[in-house]
Amino acid sequence: MFSLGLTSLLVRRNLLFVLMSLEVMLNAAGLAFVVAGSRWQQADGQVVFLFILAVAAAEVAVGLALVFQIYRHFGSLDVDKLGEMRG
Amino acid sequence: MEPVFYIAGAVAVISTALMLTRLNVVHALLYLIVSFLGIAVDFFVLGAPFVAALEVIVYAGAIMVLFVFAGMMFNLGQQSVETERQWLTPGIWIGPVLLAGVLFAEVVYLLEGSAAYTGAVAVGPKEVGMVLFGPYVIGVELASMLLLAGVVGAYHLGFLKIVTPETQHDTDTDERRTDTGGDLVLAGADEPARTA
Amino acid sequence: MAGVGSIGLSALAAILVAAGFLGATPASAAYTEVLWTWIDVAGFKPQIAFYLDAMSLVMILVVTCVGFLIHIYAAEFMAEDEGFTRYFGYMNLFVASMITLLLANNLLLLMLGWEGVGLCSFLLVGFWYREPANGAAARKAFILTRVGDTAMLIGLYLLFTRLGTLQIQDLMQRASEQWQPGSAYAVAAAFLLLGGAVGKSAQLPLQVWLPDAMAGPTPTSALLHAATMVTAGVYLIARTHVLFSLAPAAQTAVGIIGAATLLLAGFSALTQHDIKRVLAYSTMSQIGYMFLALGVGAWQAAMFHFMTHAFFKALLFLGAGVIINAVDEEHSMFRVGGLRKELPVAFWTFLIAGCSLAGLPFITAGFFSKDLIIWNAWSAPNGHPGFWIAGMAGAFLTSLYTFRLIFRVFFGPLGIPVTKRPGYAMTVPLVLLAFLSVVGGYLKRPLLGFLNSVLPPTIEAHAGGLTEGSSQAVAAVLFLVGLYFAYLFHLQKRGLADVLVANSTGRVFDRWWFTGWGFDWIYDKAFVQPFVWISQINKGDFIDSFYTGVARLSEVLYRGLSATETGRVRWYMAAMAAGAVLFVAVVLFL
Repeated sequence: MFSLGLTSLLVRRNLLFVLMSLEVMLNAAGLAFVVAGSRWQQADGQVVFLFILAVAAAEVAVGLALVFQIYRHFGSLDVDKLGEMRG
Repeated sequence: MEPVFYIAGAVAVISTALMLTRLNVVHALLYLIVSFLGIAVDFFVLGAPFVAALEVIVYAGAIMVLFVFAGMMFNLGQQSVETERQWLTPGIWIGPVLLAGVLFAEVVYLLEGSAAYTGAVAVGPKEVGMVLFGPYVIGVELASMLLLAGVVGAYHLGFLKIVTPETQHDTDTDERRTDTGGDLVLAGADEPARTA
Repeated sequence: MAGVGSIGLSALAAILVAAGFLGATPASAAYTEVLWTWIDVAGFKPQIAFYLDAMSLVMILVVTCVGFLIHIYAAEFMAEDEGFTRYFGYMNLFVASMITLLLANNLLLLMLGWEGVGLCSFLLVGFWYREPANGAAARKAFILTRVGDTAMLIGLYLLFTRLGTLQIQDLMQRASEQWQPGSAYAVAAAFLLLGGAVGKSAQLPLQVWLPDAMAGPTPTSALLHAATMVTAGVYLIARTHVLFSLAPAAQTAVGIIGAATLLLAGFSALTQHDIKRVLAYSTMSQIGYMFLALGVGAWQAAMFHFMTHAFFKALLFLGAGVIINAVDEEHSMFRVGGLRKELPVAFWTFLIAGCSLAGLPFITAGFFSKDLIIWNAWSAPNGHPGFWIAGMAGAFLTSLYTFRLIFRVFFGPLGIPVTKRPGYAMTVPLVLLAFLSVVGGYLKRPLLGFLNSVLPPTIEAHAGGLTEGSSQAVAAVLFLVGLYFAYLFHLQKRGLADVLVANSTGRVFDRWWFTGWGFDWIYDKAFVQPFVWISQINKGDFIDSFYTGVARLSEVLYRGLSATETGRVRWYMAAMAAGAVLFVAVVLFL
């Protein structure tokens, strides 16, 4: 899952897709944690997943707000274009 | 229970893969939601019902909904599909696939030696709660602060608009020009007025 | 006239010192005057100290007095030259270095003087630097003497590491205590010092620079390359004679080198056209005599010959300067002629000096000194009939080429008319030196006795059929024979000489001896050309390329690194991902 997320992160140029792949990666990491916790039969894995969840939520909120601003400002969601343009 | 785990896992992986390759944003989002649901089932099978529920409610329910709203708001129609098709040339996949493949191989190598999954006992919400209020209480506090920061930031960013009238450039994807006169324009307020 | 006056003062000082020395000779027959300690490192403690004994006294007297006369001459000779002050600066520096060399207490200070005279030789030979040939001649002189100097330095190093001191008297003492005669160290050290002496004194195999050094002004040729600098090698060997006595192989080598050089130079002098080159080869030959004397152990005879040679050779050179000046810078003896009536003072003094050089019996100094050497070559403990024969043959050749020169230049029809006549500043030294060339011979007994305190006297080991008288008789006969042949070929029937040369074998010998037995050609092929070839293929300087390689490497790295700064977000993400993957791999597998 993580690899898939990494791949798509590198490939896609649309900003939204970038964010989505980030979510995928986070999720995959969380999955790994939960599996570990289940393996050792402790609650720790789930706790960490909870934190990851919180972080992802905050990040998505702020990130999407930023995306709106970028769109308004630059008029495009192309990551490469954003890199080249000067504000 | 085991086959359920594998099936759900396969569903998650396949739908993630499909998500990556979609041209339409909304389609991709929907696939992502399916992927998350599959992950939630996996969690349940692993004996973590609490996080399974959380995954569905918070991740798929809240975060992905936000994404869906954003995607809808941008109102990216056929034009963007064309653009995406342009952008996603086959050649572009090679490098990242290679990189990710190496990573995958490493992880597999790492996990090879470890014992097989047992997953008999379920760790219920009660245990999680006790741990949260006990050793991890500081984490809880920090998470709450983080969420607060997120709320404030999102509100702030969404509210104010950066006024730089002289630097609006032409883009090849969207030939729009925004003439921003005022400074307090709500995000997305004039969205419907824009053409795709 | 400060330049001349300073030498005059030092001549005066030398005379006064001599008087004091002779009047009240100290017990150990030597004064040492320590000025200060030069270096003091880990037991290596050479001082700036002067050592005066009979031998160095004789030599500094000759150097300063003859030098004084030459400076007076030079004051008129160089009067119209634009580098007048520069000339006297160099000449004075030379005399100072020479005196340092002669009075040095230790070999390191001697080396200082040695290098100083080498430097001044370079400066003076290339004095008229605007002419490229002069610069080349100066460089040749310097490089060749440098080769000798290197050998000498290695010798000094050897002496120091084995014997622990460079102070000459201590050195001689320790050498005779610690080293057996014929020991490897003694022989090696002696050979190395011999290498240095050979370079400075223009003997085989480093003799090729002296004829070319005639490119310098004539007073320089008189002072450096006749009387003083070229005898520095003789002085060195005489000073370290104990070492050479301990190394019979080296001493024999000295003798052989002397004999070979005197013959080689004699033959070459016979074919030269340029007046000064004849005199240069003649100097080479006479120093060969001195080396021969040193080689057979006739130390005192060598010193005696040095003194007389300084007188008559300086006179010959100064006379040559007068001639060259008078006939408008013409150097070839075949183009001038008949100057006997035009330049009378020059003629008579030149004649006297020439007779002294060739060894006119009983009246001239040269006869006594040269004859003493030849006699010792037979009779001394290290003497050998071969040396005697070489010495006699050399005497014959000397007579022949000297009178060839005199007859061609001064007799016969007038060649080039005389435009300038010398003034008093040039003629008075000539006369004085002529006087010395005659009476110097009578100083033989007192001089040899005087030198007894420093140099061991030569005993007559094996007379075996010859006496000194009979040896002298043979020499006298050879002198006359040479005179006759010179008269025949160069005065009476001048065409005869041309016929001899035109003959095919005659031509071969003529060419061969003219170029100094082809040594220049050998050295050019063996050393100069390979060296030039090597420096040409190393034009890119492969050692330097190591450093430029470093610079180029950093340039390549810079280009490579600056290419990674693209400014594209996805590129950076990819880079980060790659880095993370790499990191995981490193942690996993290492």
